[in-house]
Amino acid sequence: MEKKMEEYAIIDDYLCIRMPGEVDHHGAAGIRECADRLILDDKVKNIVFDFEDTTFMDSSGLGIIIGRYRKISCFGGKVYAINANERISRILKASGMSSIIEILTGWSTSTLPESDKDTV
Amino acid sequence: MENEYTKNEICLEFDAISENEGLARVVIAAFVARLDPAIDALEDVKTAVSEAVTNAVIHGYGERGGRVVMRAAISADKELSVEIIDSGVGIADVEQAMQPLFTTGLANERSGMGFSFMEAFMDRLEVESHVGEGTCVHMWKSFGGRQEETEPVLQAAVWNRSGRV
Repeated sequence: MEKKMEEYAIIDDYLCIRMPGEVDHHGAAGIRECADRLILDDKVKNIVFDFEDTTFMDSSGLGIIIGRYRKISCFGGKVYAINANERISRILKASGMSSIIEILTGWSTSTLPESDKDTV
Repeated sequence: MENEYTKNEICLEFDAISENEGLARVVIAAFVARLDPAIDALEDVKTAVSEAVTNAVIHGYGERGGRVVMRAAISADKELSVEIIDSGVGIADVEQAMQPLFTTGLANERSGMGFSFMEAFMDRLEVESHVGEGTCVHMWKSFGGRQEETEPVLQAAVWNRSGRV
């Protein structure tokens, strides 16, 4: 799965993943594999899921987020969801995801929060 | 607004491959479009169908392929009925399978929220399954009268640091 590498970027210690228009089981494996390969880069501490292009997401999207959260949370990393439309935000909140990720509105990958340097 | 609606039924059979999850969504969206649904209601149906077809592909057939049937009907009083039917392994304990966060797909990082999504986004859900014969997920949603803005009521899932309850 070498496709669409431009949809993944490492900015400081953030891995930014530009999510596709439709997030479902069909595309989930590709995102998982690509993300996990980049997480191995020891610079990556936090993950940002950018939902700017996303108009559809089912529970497969939650699986992707939870899986990546498990991989980085033990090293003190955080997971963010940005640019989610109203429906995607609602799904993230209603499914309890907001207890493990931060859903930020009005953020872009150029205004990432300063990494919390105190976190172990 | 018309009171009576000509009933309509469709039946679509397709291979149980992940690519067809999107196909099923597009077909159900086009089928429901004639009811002039609110965007959220349309997305609700697409999401529920996506969940049911994904379940058939992953759990029913273990991602080894098979056939999925989607039967949909719109009644004269504008109620949508959708059935997603597979002839896969079946579910031994339907009640357990429908528990929020229950999943047998841990290796593939399934969230265990599929049935919760279907319940939250549709008016009614019935699951009939027989081990070795397959599963039928039957869902209904009414498009008659005023369509309320409904907040999805997902069974509140609580995730801890390892990502599971």
